[in-house]
Amino acid sequence: MIPLSHYLLLSAIIFGLGVVGVIISRNLIKLLMSVELMLNAANLVFITFARWYGDPGVHIFVFIVFVVAAAEAAVGLSLVIAVFRRKESVDVDILRLLKG
Amino acid sequence: MTDAFLTNLAFYVISFCVIAGGIFVVSSRNLFHSAVFLVFTLFSVAGIFVMLSAYLLAAIQVLVYVGAVAMLMIFGVMLTTQLSNVRIRYMNEQVWPALLICAGFLALLVYGLTDTPFATGNVAAPVEGAKAIGTLLMTKYVLPFEMVSVLLLAALVGAIVIAKKD
Repeated sequence: MIPLSHYLLLSAIIFGLGVVGVIISRNLIKLLMSVELMLNAANLVFITFARWYGDPGVHIFVFIVFVVAAAEAAVGLSLVIAVFRRKESVDVDILRLLKG
Repeated sequence: MTDAFLTNLAFYVISFCVIAGGIFVVSSRNLFHSAVFLVFTLFSVAGIFVMLSAYLLAAIQVLVYVGAVAMLMIFGVMLTTQLSNVRIRYMNEQVWPALLICAGFLALLVYGLTDTPFATGNVAAPVEGAKAIGTLLMTKYVLPFEMVSVLLLAALVGAIVIAKKD
């Protein structure tokens, strides 16, 4: 039996990779991909503890996280396409309209 | 004995796939390669879900993430970037400070996870089938279910409105 801590370590590593991707990437689509990685790490922790403590309600929570992630991806990518249509680029650093 | 060994082997191989795929997602210079490695990583995470005997959620992961979200990402890549003619920089100037801070954060996270005494003695969880989850979704958790479906509808309409040509 694989110990609980190995699952938790795996999801911590995925989450860390997602954080690195969000910080260092200049591309909006890559940023969205890193957010998906972080959401997956959170789901992995949920399912790990559901397996260890036997609570089926956690599965419902993960199900809802799936739906919210799908909504986030849809709205995020349509925003990326709208930005690209205006600026001809998806570089994060050119988006400084709100900067005073 | 050999069964436990195979289980261990499967877990570590899948974990290696997940971590390697994640590293390639973050570090790849080609955005399309990042998207393909994202598909690979999410598929491997579905494998971990199977090892945790969450079969329904593994199937949903493959359907929703690999089938829908990752395809959406690939469509986004193809619609926005000129993959061949523009030389785009994919990383900003703060790569090394960012890596340093994230390594510190990860160390803190690992310390917290390994140092916390979780009650790991009783791994007697019954396998939750689709029936149990469906019943819960329609009885106890029916309000979150309906709210999330309204959210999905709103996101769908909003995505169409935002992305259409004005």
